[in-house]
Amino acid sequence: MDASLILRVSAPLLLWVPMAVSVYLLIRGHNAPGGGFVGGLVASAGLVFYAISRGQEAALRAMRLPPASWCGIGLLTALGSGLLAWLDPSAGYLTHRWWFPDISVTLPLGTALVFDIGVYLTVIGTITAMVFALVGEETG
Amino acid sequence: MRQFLLASPILIPLVATAVTAMLWSRPAAQRRVGLVAATLLFATTLGLLGEVLSGGMVVGQMGNWPAPFGVTLVVDHLSAAMLVITGLMGLAVAVYAMGPRAEERDRAGFQPLFHALLLGVAGAFSTGDLFNLYVWFEVMLIASFGLLVLDRTREQLDGGIRYVMLNLVGTTFFLLAVGLLYGLTGTLNLADMARVAPGVENQGALAAAAVLLLVSFGAKAAVFPLFNWLPASYHTASMPVAAIFAALLTKVGVYAIIRVFTLVFAHDHALFGPLVGAIAMATMVVGVLGAAAHYDIRRILSFHIISQIGYMLVGVALMTPLAIAGSVLYVIHHIVVKANLFLVAGAVRQMGGSFALARLGGLWATAPLLGLLFLIPALSLAGIPPLSGFWGKLVVIRAGLEAEAFLLAGVALAVGLLTLYSMIKIWNEAFWKAAPEPAPAAGWTRAQRLATFAPIVLLCGVTLTIGFWAEPFAAFSIAAAESLLDREGYIAAVLGAQPTRLAEAVP
Repeated sequence: MDASLILRVSAPLLLWVPMAVSVYLLIRGHNAPGGGFVGGLVASAGLVFYAISRGQEAALRAMRLPPASWCGIGLLTALGSGLLAWLDPSAGYLTHRWWFPDISVTLPLGTALVFDIGVYLTVIGTITAMVFALVGEETG
Repeated sequence: MRQFLLASPILIPLVATAVTAMLWSRPAAQRRVGLVAATLLFATTLGLLGEVLSGGMVVGQMGNWPAPFGVTLVVDHLSAAMLVITGLMGLAVAVYAMGPRAEERDRAGFQPLFHALLLGVAGAFSTGDLFNLYVWFEVMLIASFGLLVLDRTREQLDGGIRYVMLNLVGTTFFLLAVGLLYGLTGTLNLADMARVAPGVENQGALAAAAVLLLVSFGAKAAVFPLFNWLPASYHTASMPVAAIFAALLTKVGVYAIIRVFTLVFAHDHALFGPLVGAIAMATMVVGVLGAAAHYDIRRILSFHIISQIGYMLVGVALMTPLAIAGSVLYVIHHIVVKANLFLVAGAVRQMGGSFALARLGGLWATAPLLGLLFLIPALSLAGIPPLSGFWGKLVVIRAGLEAEAFLLAGVALAVGLLTLYSMIKIWNEAFWKAAPEPAPAAGWTRAQRLATFAPIVLLCGVTLTIGFWAEPFAAFSIAAAESLLDREGYIAAVLGAQPTRLAEAVP
């Protein structure tokens, strides 16, 4: 790896800061601009930085699962969130279900969030798969 | 239950794509998942067809957002029939793809891409929204590009790039048309658009947008003069891929033309009828002449796809109930027959060692069963009674005569003869003449042989069923045509009796 010393040392920071921001964006998307797609893009930017500084192998290790699996899990999550709609069989697919847990702050939880998490994972899987394929061709 | 059946032709391939992508390094497991998913897809599409036949059009608003604003799925007779055919083809090709060279294909990612293609096709057939149709076209385009270059050969990349370039131009036209139509009508929901379109002040601009749509759908359907991408790319694909492309991709374009021009632009038929009629005739003639000039089975079959697309457009050209019924019947018959011919071509390649007619020969002596299985779809394609193609052609030509479009009917008849010529050419060269050199021994296992021939026999069975028992299929086509021409019924089913309008929704 011919990445500079500064880049190599700051690599973990460049991974985890975008990760934290991406999760913030994901949850913020509930009521404000943001959401799974933007969050996923930011998270994959972090992973791509990590791959540039520490090598693709290290980035794949940090991801634990291959990008295709991230994609698959994301798709299944998004798809599963819509299935709850059929608690009422006449409702259209993807109809939101809401849950208001009885705690001191108002915290409405809905299947829309689950859908967004699915989008988030799918975007991470897709972007990293594409970028890693291109980077791999360059070095290999 | 209706809502579940409505969404499942999209959900099942989506799950299959996700799961097979997760099983990336285990091709055997992928194949099993793929087969189960294809079977389930076929079963649910049959269920959906039953639901449409018994209870009429199935409509669903995804996420319960009301009609002109949300994502609408609509399945009427035509959509249901197309979905069933998609399921049948998915199943046949999923089995066929377990034949020779399955391992290599699956390692290159055949399964996720194949199911993604089915996802795009099923989505395009069930959506009731013009922009969503565009999205499903894109899903199909991406998946089909991946499938086309599966073997990563130079030839395939060359064909693939032409395919993607021309299709991208087509979808760009589509996007432009969507933008223009939204500007003119203020809606993207097809039913709402159909309600608003006749009252639009600037009918000239509306017609221009319709022509843009015709160009982009026509490029998808490979009509004259936008068909060049098809013979440039199809013959490079591996056989299961070529079969599913031949069966479904161009037909999505035909479906889109039928849907949009019978629903949204029906009031402007005086302009588009003759235009589509001329395109249909040119497509029939050019395709069949192209086929006559070629001596490679795959290229001959590719040109025949183009030629047959012309017949399917006759319905839109004439817009009489009988003509549209003919188009529907023709699409159903053609998908089965054409995919089957590609499957047979793959088997010919396996047993005779080549696709080039010059190097084939003597297959009737060595493989008489294959010869029989070739003759059924080939003669059906040419329209020999009592096979399925005869009824398709009969209805189309009769509709032409009834509407006094004698030129159109005459061209359709003549093209049928030329089709017979190229089918007989394949028969003479590959099956009848003496083998120029002894064919290499077909090295395949029993399981591979079964996987290759089971779908061919199944599809031959379907062709024969339509041929000998045409009554229910003809009745269904007429019902489909009636529901296509009943625009008010479609609009009422999607929007409800009193449609919500933006001005009323936002105070």
